[in-house]
Amino acid sequence: MDIFVALSDPTRRAILEILASSGELPATDIYEHFSASPQAISQHLKVLREANLVVMEKHAQKHLYSLNPYTLSQFEIWVQQTRQRWEESFQALDKVLEAEKQKLVQGEQERK
Amino acid sequence: MSLERKRREMAGQNKTNVAAEPGKQEMTITREFDAPRELVFKAFTDPGLVPQWWGPGRLSTLVDKLDARSGGQWRFINQDPDGNEYGFHGVYHEILAPERIIDTFEFEGLSEAGHVALETLTLEALPGGRTRLTTQSVFQSVADRDGALQSGMEEGLNDSYERLTALLEKIQEQAR
Repeated sequence: MDIFVALSDPTRRAILEILASSGELPATDIYEHFSASPQAISQHLKVLREANLVVMEKHAQKHLYSLNPYTLSQFEIWVQQTRQRWEESFQALDKVLEAEKQKLVQGEQERK
Repeated sequence: MSLERKRREMAGQNKTNVAAEPGKQEMTITREFDAPRELVFKAFTDPGLVPQWWGPGRLSTLVDKLDARSGGQWRFINQDPDGNEYGFHGVYHEILAPERIIDTFEFEGLSEAGHVALETLTLEALPGGRTRLTTQSVFQSVADRDGALQSGMEEGLNDSYERLTALLEKIQEQAR
């Protein structure tokens, strides 16, 4: 499951936020936060689990959910790296533009 | 003046912003430059200037084709120090100097052909001889976009990412 697809839904992002502030929660406690049916929330939890954004542990009859910080931090690292790659090209472009501006100034001076 | 702008000017640096909403086929990159838009436009359409900045710094860029007019073709080749080549090509759908370039974009290194993105570059003149560049790319699928994101062709940061970043901060606080 694609992490972007998993994050595209506002309910799933809300679930992540609840888990971020609560730590570990049984599925039944997560259901209580939403007006949607437990079945619908359960489907969202399944999507989040398949994207490795959350992990689930079974304790007796309870399904305990918590965030998978490893996936989340990997994602953040990836966003940073991608931005850096673009920034690298644009900084090279800054230099090209600076050199072109100098050429224009020199051209004007020579015409005078 | 916005706080963000002020902070950036104090840092003496223009910041690259990337917006890519999860689950969508689109992404938008914005960046400001300390040059008038005629020059920024030239840097995108002059075969002598493109190799000086296009692509990752560790790769050299060769311009195979750059026919900067509506209907013209372009093809750039990235070369690594071992001599491996990565081609990119497309067609200029519209060239409107100095404000807009609409083109198609395809990376030749994929296992199958036909994964094409539509790019719209908009150059906006700002006070003080500055220019804001907005690059909108629309891909054929979310997977195509995210593949491009991962290969560094495009990128994004938006509301969702900001929420995620806030989330990460919370997690890190908890870990302390």
